[in-house]
Amino acid sequence: MSTLYTRRTVLQGMGLLSLGLLAGCDDSSKLSFKYGKDLSDKIMGRNFKLKDIEGETRMLGSYRGMMPMIFFGFTQCPAVCPTTLARAAQAKKLMGRDGERLQVIFITLDPERDTPELLDKYVKAFDPSFEALYGTLEETAATAKEFGVFFEKVPSGDTYTLSHTATSFVFDSRGNLRLGLSASLTAQECAEDLLTVMEVC
Amino acid sequence: MNAPLAKKRIAQMLLSLSLAGLALQASAQTLVENAWVRATVAGQPSSGAFMTVTASTDSKLLSVQSPVAKVVQIHESSMKEDVMKMQQVQSVALPAGQPVSFDPHGYHIMLMDLTGQIKEGDKVPLTLTVEDTRGERETIQVEAVAKALATMDHSQMMHDHGKMN
Repeated sequence: MSTLYTRRTVLQGMGLLSLGLLAGCDDSSKLSFKYGKDLSDKIMGRNFKLKDIEGETRMLGSYRGMMPMIFFGFTQCPAVCPTTLARAAQAKKLMGRDGERLQVIFITLDPERDTPELLDKYVKAFDPSFEALYGTLEETAATAKEFGVFFEKVPSGDTYTLSHTATSFVFDSRGNLRLGLSASLTAQECAEDLLTVMEVC
Repeated sequence: MNAPLAKKRIAQMLLSLSLAGLALQASAQTLVENAWVRATVAGQPSSGAFMTVTASTDSKLLSVQSPVAKVVQIHESSMKEDVMKMQQVQSVALPAGQPVSFDPHGYHIMLMDLTGQIKEGDKVPLTLTVEDTRGERETIQVEAVAKALATMDHSQMMHDHGKMN
C-alpha cells in the first residue's frame, strides 16, 4: 500500500514537473541528444501543406499535442524506407506509453506512382498509427525544399528509382523542430533521443 | 539372366555417378545463401531481394530473373551524408571464395513490375546467371522466402543486438 502511495506521489510530482516544463517550454532552448542532431535552431519544415490519404489537408498544426516524426520516401524504395519505417515502429514500442504521442508521418517523394490507397496500406503495414501524406509534384518539391531534403529521379531501364535524404525529422508537441535522426541509428538510439524531446515539450 | 542384370547395374551405377558428379560440379561453383524477398502490400509494384552469394572462382553476377517480376535489375545503394543514392549496375564482381552480400545497404536485386502481391511466407523463385573469367555461364535456381514488409534487415538487427547487450 505504502509503496503504491509513494509511487503515486512520485508520479504526481513528475506530472507537475512536466507541466512546469511545458509552461516554460522555450522555442530557442537547445537540447543535447546522444545520437541525433539538434535541429532546434533550424527554421525548417514549418509551412508544409499536403493531403492525407482521405484527401484532408494536413499541416504541421494538425499534429499539435503530438510529437511528429517526418520521413520522406517512396513505396518502391527497397532499402532505406522500409528499414526506417520498421525502426520507427520499433522505437515507438520501446518508448512504452510515451510512444503513443509519437506520430510517424511518411511523405512520399513519388506522388506520380504512390497512390493514396497504396500509401495507406504501405505505412499501416508497419504500424496502424502511421500516416502518409502526399501532394502534387510542385507541393512535394516545395515541401522537400523546406526540410532541406534532397531527392532526384534516377533512370533505371524503362523506369526510375529515387535517391533521397534519409533523415527523420522530429518536432516537439508545440511544433518546434528539434531532432534529426540519421538512417544509421538503431531503434534503441532513436527511442532514447525521442524521449529527450518529450521531456522538454 | 545374370549377365544382362549386371550390365544394367553397372549402367545404373555409372548414371548415378555421373549425376553425382554433375551435382558436385554445380554446387562447387556458386553458393547462394539466406535468400529472402521483402513482402509487399497489394498494389505495390516493386520489391527487393537479398542474399549472400559466394563463387568458387572469380566470377560476376550478370542477371537475375524471377517469374514474379517482369523486370529484375541489380541496384547499388550508397549512403553519403544521410542521402541514400541509388543506381543500376550491369554486373557485380564475385571474387573467388568471398561472400558478397546483397542487402539493403549495398547491392540488392530489384524486382520490378511485379505480377502480384508477394505475401509473407511465399517462396519466390530466383534464377541467377553467373559468368566466370573464362566466359562460362552458370545458372543457379534459388527459392527466396518472403519476409514481412516491416522486417529490419539482418545487419541492422545485428547492430541493434550489439547495442542492447
